[in-house]
Amino acid sequence: MPELHDLTIHEAHDLLRTKKVSSVELTRAVLERIRKVEPRVRAFVTVTEEQALQDAHAADQRIVRGDIAPLTGIPMQLKDVLNTKDIRTTCSSKMLEDYVPVYDATVVTKLKTQSPVLLGKGNMDEFAMGSSTENSAFHPTHNPWDLTRVPGGSSGGSAAAVAAGEAFFSLGSDTGGSIRQPAALCGVTGIKPTYGRVSRYGLIAFASSLDQIGPLTKDVEDCAMVLSAIAGHDTNDSTSISNTVPDYRKSLTQDVRGLRLGVPKEYFGEGFEPGVEQAVHKAIDTFRHLGAQVEECSLPLTKYGLPVYYIIAPSECSANLARFDGVKYGHQYKGQGTMWDVMEMSRREGFGPEVRRRIMLGSYALSAGYYDAYYLKAMKVRTLIRQEFEEAFKRYDAIITPTTPSIAFKLGEKTADPVAMYKSDICTIPINIAGIPCISIPCGFSDGMPVGMQVMSKALGEETIFRVAHAYQQATDWHKRRATL
Amino acid sequence: MALSREDVKHVASLVRIAVTDAEVEVLQHQLSNTLEQFESLKELNTDAVQPTSHAVPLSSVMREDKSRDPMPKQDVLKNAPMIEGDFIRVRVVLEES
Repeated sequence: MPELHDLTIHEAHDLLRTKKVSSVELTRAVLERIRKVEPRVRAFVTVTEEQALQDAHAADQRIVRGDIAPLTGIPMQLKDVLNTKDIRTTCSSKMLEDYVPVYDATVVTKLKTQSPVLLGKGNMDEFAMGSSTENSAFHPTHNPWDLTRVPGGSSGGSAAAVAAGEAFFSLGSDTGGSIRQPAALCGVTGIKPTYGRVSRYGLIAFASSLDQIGPLTKDVEDCAMVLSAIAGHDTNDSTSISNTVPDYRKSLTQDVRGLRLGVPKEYFGEGFEPGVEQAVHKAIDTFRHLGAQVEECSLPLTKYGLPVYYIIAPSECSANLARFDGVKYGHQYKGQGTMWDVMEMSRREGFGPEVRRRIMLGSYALSAGYYDAYYLKAMKVRTLIRQEFEEAFKRYDAIITPTTPSIAFKLGEKTADPVAMYKSDICTIPINIAGIPCISIPCGFSDGMPVGMQVMSKALGEETIFRVAHAYQQATDWHKRRATL
Repeated sequence: MALSREDVKHVASLVRIAVTDAEVEVLQHQLSNTLEQFESLKELNTDAVQPTSHAVPLSSVMREDKSRDPMPKQDVLKNAPMIEGDFIRVRVVLEES
């Protein structure tokens, strides 16, 4: 039998339900794992050991009464961008180093109805801006498959924790790939749901028209279980969708016969590592063997995703982060000066270089004389990209691409060149611009490092995605490989 | 599109972030570099295209105008860096001219 920390949620749930193991035992095993590997991985900003044991006792009492939900007693981590009442929530920023929320994010409230176990908060790129978790104001996170490499970002702490067996699942947020890119680089499964499927209330905002919360897990079945728990309409988020949430586990058939899968040629070729392409091509062959109709297609606007994103996201961030003025909450400059001096110094000290850079970039793109050339132009191209996907999904049930152009890069390799860092998200960004759902699942290895593949579908097509991704995982065992630590 | 030093200083003042001279230089280079990536959008004719601000079509969302309990005072003040009594204290707002 594998060690407890290596189990999936559904495996652990079966042990809890049949009372072969208690939540306290499960939680102690994971806390022990954290003690053992966390000094090397550093996936957490805060470990809430006491809270975890309290939660586990409460879950066990519930289970004894015969009242067990899919996530009852399951130890989890939450990205530190999600507000947790009375538990420090930092966004991995000096600005919020001492911030203790007075309310829970809606996803946290929803999870709590099932009595999971909170292990702590996940490290991330500051304010979710970055692709390597090196922009954390506290410490970088290391890839469990090779500690000299990045875990990806911005939800790098979430992906690394799940890959290292430090949590059964984590919630991340995805604005331009921040769930899928680290999931791919750490060899785990992560979904960005349809924009509006999950409430953003209590998610510290980066770019509000793109942000979406989603789970990072060890396999597709776990992913379906967690998404079922957190999705749904919320009166506190006026952009949330009111459609009923299906039980996503019901979509986990193993049958993809007759499904039409498109493979866009723009996601291969120049700039893509051969090892990544080979793994994805092999996965595509697997789908053919499973009876899917696979066809090459073209999404010619793909290359415009990056510029559109780096206009829209910084523009929205410059407005969202205007609230951090060092007055009501957050870091405050301790020196002397007028109100303006103190505000300018508080923001300078509180924000790291990438956050300051993006605020300035966005403000410039929105400023008088440039609004039409940058922001308005980007919103118009956004329409074209959205329409291109809509057209494609008239022909295909799902589209398959690599998640990243390369395997995890070395720590420090791209920190000096923002544009090089931005380009690691070229496969994930167009999906946020279109607002459609997309999962990343492990599909092989290159140089000993995991490779990820994206499966995307039309808006609210999560069930199709889970069906396709689950069928693949039933035919392969990449998702069962664990990093040796 | 290259930014001048003055452009960078102007944007920094708009967003209320203090910058040093050395940072202005680095930012000038990095921001210009990023803006250059945006030039490719000019290749696309968007004259007849409506802008998309949200991927999900949204109209105004209405709810009943019902009062709810406000956040307790101690919660509002909990994270404030400087408080005095029931108030958040701020630095000098009015300056001598």
